[in-house]
Amino acid sequence: MDRNQMNRQLANMRKALFDQGYLDEQFVQLEELQDDANPNFVEEVVTLFYRDSARLIQTMDQTLERNPLDFAKLDNNMHQFTGSCSSIGAKKVKHECSQFREYCRQRNGEGCRRTFQQMKKEYAILKKKLEVYFQYVRQVALLK
Amino acid sequence: MGSDCCSSGAQELHVLAVDDSLVDRKVIERLLKISCCKVTAVESGSMALQYLGLDGETSNAVGFDALKVNLIVTDYSMPGMTGFELLKKIKESSKLKEIPVVVMSSENILTRIDRCLEEGAEDFLLKPVKLADVKRLTDFVLKGTVSKKNGSDVKNPKRKLLDDSSSSSADSALSSQSSPLSSDSESSPRLSSTHRCISKRARFSST
Repeated sequence: MDRNQMNRQLANMRKALFDQGYLDEQFVQLEELQDDANPNFVEEVVTLFYRDSARLIQTMDQTLERNPLDFAKLDNNMHQFTGSCSSIGAKKVKHECSQFREYCRQRNGEGCRRTFQQMKKEYAILKKKLEVYFQYVRQVALLK
Repeated sequence: MGSDCCSSGAQELHVLAVDDSLVDRKVIERLLKISCCKVTAVESGSMALQYLGLDGETSNAVGFDALKVNLIVTDYSMPGMTGFELLKKIKESSKLKEIPVVVMSSENILTRIDRCLEEGAEDFLLKPVKLADVKRLTDFVLKGTVSKKNGSDVKNPKRKLLDDSSSSSADSALSSQSSPLSSDSESSPRLSSTHRCISKRARFSST
């Protein structure tokens, strides 16, 4: 595949992430902060996001196993996680986070657990898609 | 984007950024660096106070002057000391109260914004923070700093910032637009029920 084809493919991948609702405008904001001196800024931020997310998800997983549920703690952790999602433009994941917080407010344990599983699914999908995307970004960059 | 900032002779602001989120610290640091600022990023209010020499252990004078901070940008929701508590401590300090403090939050809660502004915050930004927000802040601080250098009186810098944003955003608190200084290409659908930053004038006029 030549460079033009790869660039087109990359653009299509990127467009799909937005069209399919995985990412929102905030991701574009991050892209605009990249330059020649900081060519991997977005990937660096996203890597921090994975690290932060892993920690928060593990904490929430453990908290969800307790009985009775500590809704305040869950809401607090999810508030942090929502913030991170917001900062990178993780649209679908953020949506699940909002649902989760709503169930916390309602003290609906079943709703929380269900939504949490859904959130983890969305997170896993996004992570996979972004990993593939950035791998491709790096390959294209090598051609330059 | 390139480095379109930092013309020779332009003053570099030193900004202290306070946020417990690793992701947000990285982003705000980049936003500030692009806006030609020196950045010190810390993860808590207590670390911020330590850095500013307000923790009671380090003495002021020499150490502090070397690290002179022109602007403090802090997250609101932090474990331990909140951004509001940090703001209070700074404004209560004779040494530090002149430093403009800006509070950031992901939550658009009017009472929270009111409290911060009334406690002396220069501005309140909704997260995620955008480059236009940061540029506006740094321009404001630079104006104040340059005027002071030239010996001219900057009468009530806080009013100046509010005038700048409120003259074109007097309706923004009511009609839910994004910050007047953000470019048109930055349409923000999520702002349909929020304001990016609140000007006191606009806020009071809506009640």
